[in-house]
Amino acid sequence: MSELAAGWPILSIVTFLPAAGAILILLARMSARGDSPGYDNGVKLLALFFTIATFIVSLFAFAAFDPANPDYQLTETVPWAFGMNYAMGVDTLAMSLVMLTTFLTPLCILASWVIEKQVSSYMVLFLVLETLMIGVFCAQDIILFYVFFEGGLIPMFILIGVWGGERRVYAAFKFFLYTLLGSLLMLVAIVYMIATAGTSNIPALTEYAQDGGFSPEVQIWLWLAFFASFAVKMPMWPVHTWLPDAHVEAPTAASVVLAAILLKMGGYGFLRFSLPMFPDASHVFTPFVFALSVIAIVWASLVAFRQLDMKKLIAYSSVAHMGFVTMGIFTGTIQGVQGAIFQMLSHGIISGALFLCVGVVYDRMHTREIAFYGGLVNRMPVYAAIFLLFTMGNVGLPGTSGFPGEILTMVGAFQVNAWVAAGAALGVIFSAAYALTLYRKVAFGVIENPKLDGIGDLDAREWVTFIPLVIATLVMGLAPSYVLDFTHNSAEAISTAFAGARP
Amino acid sequence: MSAMSDLSTSIPLAYPELLLAGFALAAAIVGAWMRDSAFTALSLLGVAAVAGAGVLALYGPFAPVEIFQGAMVVDGVAVFAKALIGFSGAATLALGWDHFAKVGDRRFEYPVLIALAVLGMFVMVSAQDLISLYVGVELQSLAAYVLAAWRRDDATSSEAGLKYFVLSAISSGLLLFGSSFVYGFTGSIRFDAIAAAVGEGGGGIGLVFGLVLMLCALGFKMSAAPFHMWTPDVYEGAPTPVTAFFAAAPKVAAIALMTRVLYEPFAGMQDQWRQVVMALAAISMVWGSVAALLQTNLKRLMAYSSIGNIGFALMGVAAGGDAGAAAALIYMTLYLPANIGIFALILAMRRDGAPAETVADLAGLAQKRPWMASLFTMLLFSIAGIPPFAGFIGKLVVFATAVEAGLYWIAVLGAVAAVVSAAYYLRLIASIWFAQPAPALQAPSGAIMLTAAASAALTFPVLVLLLGAIQGWAETAVRMSF
Repeated sequence: MSELAAGWPILSIVTFLPAAGAILILLARMSARGDSPGYDNGVKLLALFFTIATFIVSLFAFAAFDPANPDYQLTETVPWAFGMNYAMGVDTLAMSLVMLTTFLTPLCILASWVIEKQVSSYMVLFLVLETLMIGVFCAQDIILFYVFFEGGLIPMFILIGVWGGERRVYAAFKFFLYTLLGSLLMLVAIVYMIATAGTSNIPALTEYAQDGGFSPEVQIWLWLAFFASFAVKMPMWPVHTWLPDAHVEAPTAASVVLAAILLKMGGYGFLRFSLPMFPDASHVFTPFVFALSVIAIVWASLVAFRQLDMKKLIAYSSVAHMGFVTMGIFTGTIQGVQGAIFQMLSHGIISGALFLCVGVVYDRMHTREIAFYGGLVNRMPVYAAIFLLFTMGNVGLPGTSGFPGEILTMVGAFQVNAWVAAGAALGVIFSAAYALTLYRKVAFGVIENPKLDGIGDLDAREWVTFIPLVIATLVMGLAPSYVLDFTHNSAEAISTAFAGARP
Repeated sequence: MSAMSDLSTSIPLAYPELLLAGFALAAAIVGAWMRDSAFTALSLLGVAAVAGAGVLALYGPFAPVEIFQGAMVVDGVAVFAKALIGFSGAATLALGWDHFAKVGDRRFEYPVLIALAVLGMFVMVSAQDLISLYVGVELQSLAAYVLAAWRRDDATSSEAGLKYFVLSAISSGLLLFGSSFVYGFTGSIRFDAIAAAVGEGGGGIGLVFGLVLMLCALGFKMSAAPFHMWTPDVYEGAPTPVTAFFAAAPKVAAIALMTRVLYEPFAGMQDQWRQVVMALAAISMVWGSVAALLQTNLKRLMAYSSIGNIGFALMGVAAGGDAGAAAALIYMTLYLPANIGIFALILAMRRDGAPAETVADLAGLAQKRPWMASLFTMLLFSIAGIPPFAGFIGKLVVFATAVEAGLYWIAVLGAVAAVVSAAYYLRLIASIWFAQPAPALQAPSGAIMLTAAASAALTFPVLVLLLGAIQGWAETAVRMSF
């Protein structure tokens, strides 16, 4: 397969194929006027086709990619303006996140089959969103990265605001303005870096930074500006408050994308920029990040325990799990970084799957209130089994993909600061408490609510949606080395850069 | 140089101006003869003349050539600015023709006045001494007063015209007063002689006084805060095509003129004028974003938006150097299409024959008129400076020049102002997409949809892809001019 990819701008194809699908849907809307029967279904099929095609093309890219090579690969460069280039390229970290994105998006489209309002707009936005998400990970020019990073706000804003729940407008605004403020501060820092280093190429900037281009004092300011953006995206305590609102109000598929991929951009940013480019400042701020991470893990777990809304509970559990990621990243050890990357990928699949699980019952009953449900195992045995698997994954049960990430980040943290590891371990216990409680209340017991009498088990579409996720969770849990070997190069480069600056 | 040989070099370089003047005079005569039945013909000819003047201007040299015995100059900045002014003037004139024909207000003076205003702007951006500067500014302003008061039976329009006239007259007074100081302390009205005097350190506090007065007047003409008070009322009161015109071409002319004044005669006083320009930029960005938050009328809102955007362009001017001037020009280039497109769509917002111009009238547009809504959304995101649209690139360029010049705090302030302004653009987008639909608006005319679609296509992806060419063009223009 690798020969097939040779000579093609394969990363650009992966990135812009969904956008091409969006344009096609727009053209279809122009001709069909949207009122012919079967039109909406056609649009959904078209979107599904393009996301699957994107996944297949990304498999070609994956095959052409050599994980043993630590450099950026599949690079493309086209000059643009002001010395900036349209530059694409991936290393193992980026490649793994690209695969996560292309893998999850078709499942999101499947989960969106229930959408009935303004279907073509929805699908257009979703496809554009996929382009922007993939672009974030492929961009090798820091301005191009920013364009994709920030551009993703536009489709998310409209997706939440149009197809979301009751308080959707409030949530959409909060999401947009929170992230925009963080991002614009980062933009000023980016502009400063380009002015100083004379390049906007990410590898060249990294090299410049590691040769001591930015003095430790300057690094502090740059680090803070980047932190403002990534911490909001991540989201870290205390700037996480947009997340529960956005999640609860977003349509199911948008929640999946939000949790599974958009949150990873924060972690990706820390790994790509903060650690390798500002290692001195990262050392200075390590205790600060550790403190925020442990607070996020413990506090968000406790808050999750008290939620009455299923989506909100999972949203808070995401905040807690992202705490493990930031903790792992800032240990700077190879275990910590590997664990963080693994946790990002695993959380992408598990939290995505959990939101889909909520979506299944929400589509049937139109409520996410935990107290409404109970005893679902009696009527929906398959659903209950799948929900159980992902709940266990969320808890970090060995054998699911949730385990290796958590244990590695804690091993990494233990080497640096045993107290931090201890605090995080507390979070693991809490996570078992809230996740199992949720499961018990929703699935176990007898059905007391008469409205649930007629609820049906998974249909064929839902089966198709869940099976890939189940497989991915088990494979990553049982054979984590596939992923860990793949991402080893990136993790090693990041931890070397960080260790090089150790005072 | 003899008078004859001066004329023989000057005339060909002044073809754009001569075309505009010729059209305006001929159209006035034809109009006097044929009355309003000539409206359509004159409008279309006017579009051709204004756009043609922009095209002719493009043939001008980038290396400075003085014409009319040093009263004016043709150089890269003038060429660049005239092209922008010509094209945006022609676009807004076409919008106005479409609009006035539809509402049955076919007065032939409209194309005449627009052509005269554009002529004034052409003189402004070519000015090489204080007299031609003033003549250009006044020619543009006088035409603008009449245009603002176009609907003379309408109280708000008359108020807009009167308010504009009175306040603008004061600023013209300031401009003359400042010019007289400059003349008095340097002994010349010619920019090169003033530059020489400034370079020798002559003038001192009196020259600073004159410079600041001139800057205040120019700030008024470009509606930079704190000299912006007229803008919301005039934008709201004037007929929408006139507002669209005000929001586009005159801004370019004023930015180009200010750049020329600061970079040519007063290049040696950068330390003094930079503080003033930075203050104008900072206040404009902040006030343009904060004051718009509570506006419900789209035209008032766009007035504040234009104030904020002028602040960003001024940030580029304040950065100084060739990069700063180029950044300001690039910013205006990338700002114009979104602005014209938005006004085209505001023009299209009519319900039962009456204009519907509030945020609430946009409610649910995405369900009723999805194409109009999509274009509106694109243009609003562009003007808000969200990537990947052209408006973002403009902000990026001015941030970059400000940071390179070491003006960090103003870049950070600009970032914060951009977030605040995003809030009100988002309010419009939220109304378009999220709100329960209001009764459907009338179907927009083909001309308007075409203008809006072309503007949207320019904001993304055309101008973004062409950024390299625009940058090269603007930088060459500035380097060869100053």
